[in-house]
Amino acid sequence: MAQLKGWREIPIGGVIVEAGNAVEYKTGGWRAFRPVFGQAQCIHCFQCWLFCPDSSILVDAENEKMVGFDLDHCKGCGICASVCPVNAKVIRQAGEKVNRDDPRLCIRMVEEGKAE
Amino acid sequence: MSKYEALTGDQAVATAMRQINPDVVAAYPITPQTETVEFFAEYVANGEVTTDFICVESEHSAMSACVGASAAGARVMTATSSQGLALMWEVVYIAASYRCPIVMSLVNRALSGPINIHCDHSDVMGVRDSGWIILFSENNQEAYDNVIQAVRIAEHPDVLLPVMVCQDGFITSHAMERVEVYDDADVKAFVGTYRPKQSLLDVDNPMTYGALHFYDYYYESKRQQAEAMERARRVVLEVADEFNRKFQRNYGLFEAYRLDDAEVAVVVANSTAGTAKVVVDNLRAQGLKVGLLKPRVFRPFPAKELAGALSHLKALAVMDRSIAFGYLDNAGPLFVDLAAALALNGIHIPMADYIFGLGGRDIKPSEIESVYRDLLRVAETGKVERLVTYLSVRE
Ligand code: SF4
Ligand code: SF4
Repeated sequence: MAQLKGWREIPIGGVIVEAGNAVEYKTGGWRAFRPVFGQAQCIHCFQCWLFCPDSSILVDAENEKMVGFDLDHCKGCGICASVCPVNAKVIRQAGEKVNRDDPRLCIRMVEEGKAE
Repeated sequence: MSKYEALTGDQAVATAMRQINPDVVAAYPITPQTETVEFFAEYVANGEVTTDFICVESEHSAMSACVGASAAGARVMTATSSQGLALMWEVVYIAASYRCPIVMSLVNRALSGPINIHCDHSDVMGVRDSGWIILFSENNQEAYDNVIQAVRIAEHPDVLLPVMVCQDGFITSHAMERVEVYDDADVKAFVGTYRPKQSLLDVDNPMTYGALHFYDYYYESKRQQAEAMERARRVVLEVADEFNRKFQRNYGLFEAYRLDDAEVAVVVANSTAGTAKVVVDNLRAQGLKVGLLKPRVFRPFPAKELAGALSHLKALAVMDRSIAFGYLDNAGPLFVDLAAALALNGIHIPMADYIFGLGGRDIKPSEIESVYRDLLRVAETGKVERLVTYLSVRE
């Protein structure tokens, strides 16, 4: 972590004057569940990218592909998994309860610290 | 050229606001502050000011809009009373911590419950630790003068804190008095143009207000705020000096009335100080050495200066228009602050507190005189019989 500043050095009023410095704040440590990407199933619709509240969906913009997660900042909220249409299809077709870490899912949520 | 006008306290504040012509006023009407907002709305409608007047749906929104406008770099004012201030409470703290130099007229009214619309000081005492600079005003002239000075204090680059100007609900807010209104141009020249160092609307230098501060930075932010309050001690006096020179007034941290050679004195804020002066004069005419101290700057609390001004007394009474429930026999906040100030400065005078005027209960000269009579007895015996007395409450 960067050197913490003293009270005389920080901008007054708690204002952040360096635009875009949220990237320096690594929120990945907050995660209880980690998203895992099933590349084979992905249809690259970018729904997850659209909805992720932490801009943590990594994409290959040139080739219009979803490529994975920025785990330094992903908080593990699972919104990507819940909006993924491939996940919806898997759950609908299974006709049974599908666990959040089911290997058939396009985005699986795996308990942090556990093997995929 | 200044001129004398017959103005209510609310009108005096509205007049100051008209002359200041702030960029933004966001306010919600509440008795007994309503007239200020009504008069100001009229100035807006008549084109006498260029202010963006934001009619909001509550005081919480009023202060929120003020914070937003101030963060955007605007000169911002508002006004409220009692429950209005209570509803703003959350954002009152935020205004101070974001260092928004907002000026607010607070027309003191008792807090519910029971519900009441008349004067006491429970509203302001609820925000005494909020980080606002707090000024008291005895009469309409002082309310007017304090609002003008408040702009300069708040916006001083060494301070950048919001300022609250108090006056007594109905007693001064709705009483017409002779007020010397200075020339518009002189007031405008005195307050000058606000040039904020930063603005939320500065797209070339984007910034974030209201970011989360954890255990890593919250503390530093608060330490910085404490420093600003310390600096305000000097700035309040500098602004007063300049104001006094320009408008021939005599503002300081407090007013000492016939105090220098007094043996006993009363400390009381806002309009009751005016009544107490009459009592002092009457008792002086009888040869009794009595005096009065009227606080003007309540936050930052001028502990050392107050202790210095009161150190020669043989007995001292504080009159509190609110109760600090559960503290020192239910004494009032002013008493508590003053007792601490004296003790820390090594001054030990027999002192007692008198609660009075809650919910607008009249305070008569005879009752204030009874306080002085008590004090003269205490001065002889050196003993305080009762720490807290409730003046004019029915047994
Ligand atoms: S789990 Fe939440 S934060 Fe992480 S990538 Fe998915 S939507 Fe973004
Ligand atoms: S929502 Fe699902 S299918 Fe669409 S891009 Fe994201 S992971 Fe791929």
